[in-house]
Amino acid sequence: MDKRIALTVNDEQVNAPEHCTVAAVLLASPGVATRVSVTGEARGPLCGMGVCFECRVTIDGEAHQRSCQIPTSDGMVVATRGTDSYPREYEQYLSEQIVNKAYDVLVIGAGPAGIATAVTAAQAGQRVAVLSDDPHIGGQIWRHDHAKPLGRFAADWRDRLSRSSAEWIASASVFASPKPGVLLAETPTGPMRIRADQIVLACGARERFVPFPGWTLPGVFGAGGLQALVKAGMPIAGQRVIVAGTGPLLLAVADYLRSRGANIRFIAEQTSRVKLARFAGDLLLREPMKIVEAAGFAWRLRGIPFRPNCWPTRADGDSRLQSATLTDGSRRWTEPCDALACGFGLVANTELPRLLGCAIEHGFVCVDADQRTSVPNVFAIGELTGIGGLDKALLEGEIAGHVVAGRFDLAAALQRRRTKAFGFVARLADTFALRDELRQLPDAKTIVCRCEDVTFEQLRTQPDIRTAKLHTRIGMGPCQGRICGCATEFLFGWDAGSVRSPIFPVAMKSLAGGE
Amino acid sequence: MSAATCDVAVLGAGIVGAACARALAMAGLRVAIVERATIGGGATAAGMGHVVVMDDSDAQFALTRRSQQLWDELSSQLRASVEYVQAGTLWIAVDDEELDTVRAKHAYYTSRGIVAEMLNADGVARAEPNLRPGLAGGLRVPGESVIYPPCASLWLVNQAIERNATLHRAEAKRFDRTTIELSDGSTLTAGAIVHATGIGATRFMPSLPIRPRKGHLVITDRYPGFARHQIVELGYIKSANGAENESVAFNLQPRKTGQMLLGSSRQYDVTDGAVQPHMVERMVARAFEYMPALARVSVIRTWTGFRAATPDSLPLIGPMPGWPGHFVATGHEGLGITTSLGTAELVVTHVTGQRSSLDLNAYLPTRFAEVAHG
Repeated sequence: MDKRIALTVNDEQVNAPEHCTVAAVLLASPGVATRVSVTGEARGPLCGMGVCFECRVTIDGEAHQRSCQIPTSDGMVVATRGTDSYPREYEQYLSEQIVNKAYDVLVIGAGPAGIATAVTAAQAGQRVAVLSDDPHIGGQIWRHDHAKPLGRFAADWRDRLSRSSAEWIASASVFASPKPGVLLAETPTGPMRIRADQIVLACGARERFVPFPGWTLPGVFGAGGLQALVKAGMPIAGQRVIVAGTGPLLLAVADYLRSRGANIRFIAEQTSRVKLARFAGDLLLREPMKIVEAAGFAWRLRGIPFRPNCWPTRADGDSRLQSATLTDGSRRWTEPCDALACGFGLVANTELPRLLGCAIEHGFVCVDADQRTSVPNVFAIGELTGIGGLDKALLEGEIAGHVVAGRFDLAAALQRRRTKAFGFVARLADTFALRDELRQLPDAKTIVCRCEDVTFEQLRTQPDIRTAKLHTRIGMGPCQGRICGCATEFLFGWDAGSVRSPIFPVAMKSLAGGE
Repeated sequence: MSAATCDVAVLGAGIVGAACARALAMAGLRVAIVERATIGGGATAAGMGHVVVMDDSDAQFALTRRSQQLWDELSSQLRASVEYVQAGTLWIAVDDEELDTVRAKHAYYTSRGIVAEMLNADGVARAEPNLRPGLAGGLRVPGESVIYPPCASLWLVNQAIERNATLHRAEAKRFDRTTIELSDGSTLTAGAIVHATGIGATRFMPSLPIRPRKGHLVITDRYPGFARHQIVELGYIKSANGAENESVAFNLQPRKTGQMLLGSSRQYDVTDGAVQPHMVERMVARAFEYMPALARVSVIRTWTGFRAATPDSLPLIGPMPGWPGHFVATGHEGLGITTSLGTAELVVTHVTGQRSSLDLNAYLPTRFAEVAHG
């Protein structure tokens, strides 16, 4: 059995298994929302991966900590309500020196793409570091599971990484680039300045959320978000879960949650039966292995209704989710549930590439066949260049690993498969494009910006994102528009706007520089 | 192409233009506002929103004091989004020399009817517990306030629109006396034209002695109660009025949201609006000298803007020689949020001949030879 540790949550003693995140522990305590919004709503975690900032709590006196990114430790003191006491012990903190590091190759992101680059480049003799905002390697798809070992294939890559000379830097958020080839990151032990001759961006993707009435209730999660939280220790056994949204991720999430004892009511896929059939036919012709994978899901998910052409229209509950209302375009029905796991596709995390000045087109980083971006010595791989899943990520990671090591022949040998992978990217995007009806989901009072509680009504008359930001405060909160920006792009066609350092909230000390 | 007429056209809907438009509309004139982008989206959006009385010169005092009183009069009408809060200002002295300055400032303020209170070291510590120990003292000016400038501008524009002002989403391209050719192809003929386009006014009137002066700001997450006053080091006055190419001063503002806004920096001769890490580093390091507890506070955003700076730190308000029917209202440097309302009063006087309690001459652009002999 797991070792158990003791924490204090809102002045009460709580026992929890070791190796969970703080968010998972809070979700295991019934009735504890992680925070109160600026208009007084109870809120719980949404994204599960450090992006949405809904899971902020005060930990050991320090306010605004993302509980989904922080592992529990014995004796930790957690408060979910606003605090009036702030840490006064700053002397030691102020005297912390910035740590300087230098590498041949720095990889940002430790999912499959980043791991593949790090392993490949390290094997070729490069001095490599791989860094991630998460406490564990694996990224989203190979996310660390507190209760279950990694699958054999993923474990094999992880072991290759740990056997290689590549250095692993955990829980590091890159927030600035004072000059080309230099990045600043915040880590649990203080700020770090990293110089690298070549930078490989493998920042991955996050889920897109489409606002609908009630989507801010605790109990509404991202699809990948709920999976991430359960992997981090949130109990799900016996809970009634509806999985909704779009894309192949829904099947993987339902499959995983079921394996952990969730009672999956059904899967609601917004795309049409016709598009799905065409997609399946294409797969059969071009990617038979993917059909095998899908058949595996189908087998394990037998008995769970899969409803194409179906999407959520509202969520209801008294300060937490109690039911969801769904529609298939003609009929509308309400279903009691404990969790609504709901993701509307993936969007690339382009904040760092944009900060570095990389050219972006249609939401993805532009790269050549060698994975080079428009900025010299900066590469991009994986979901950043197009949502294509695991195979494409590993392939691009290996290509970049060869190129940064100067082994162009080895890279060239892989490039034919890369072209094929981009065919899959296009088919995914086309099959799971969001339907127009989803733009009609928000009502006047639906909150679009969860950090600042800006409603749909306040936004629909705004001419552009900049005016909306300045006059309504949308996107001005700690998530820096990562959640609402994707929503307003879909709802109103607004572009993402500019990025400036810090691209992640950081302690003011981290901005102080120093040698 | 459409052609419109009005009594006065106000170019620019930053806070100065917005205040002018409201005041002119309230004086009964038909006003047209011309703004190419976001209302309150230029230097206004980059400003802190501190409504403050300054005493660098008698003219500066008169304009800031009158303006601060006007803001107070408006405070009960302002929308919640303007985030008006009477936080007061706390000027900080680090040593005896600065304490002498504080005493002089105290005498100047109180002799002119402003409530101000001298604080000793303990008093400063009680007023702001997060300041470091060992400061010499300070001056508390409780009547001063904080607003959110973009929404203040929007409120002023909406007040003008309620009094039948029109808003033209375009840019002035060319002038033929007092007819304006706009970027949307339409023309606007006005009895008078007010240029309230900040640094942009030099595009048509290059003789105006204004230079862009870049500033950086840093905003934190919400920490309600962490700071209570707008806290400003006395050195701020030196930084604001000095001619140094690059300077920083500690200036911290508690916002109604619980966030804190940290300034300030001043740079001449930089035209690129990008955030410069070395300036942020200097500002943050300066802040830690006064309030080291800020080290652990979470910062969520930084930005920059350009102040329209004049050689004598006073704005340029009045008729423009060689431009019959044209008036300027620009050059407010870092005080435009405060002085917008006083400026509007002066502009109404220039345009209509209505009386003002302020002395028109101190702010005329013609006080500079290059303008007078344009």
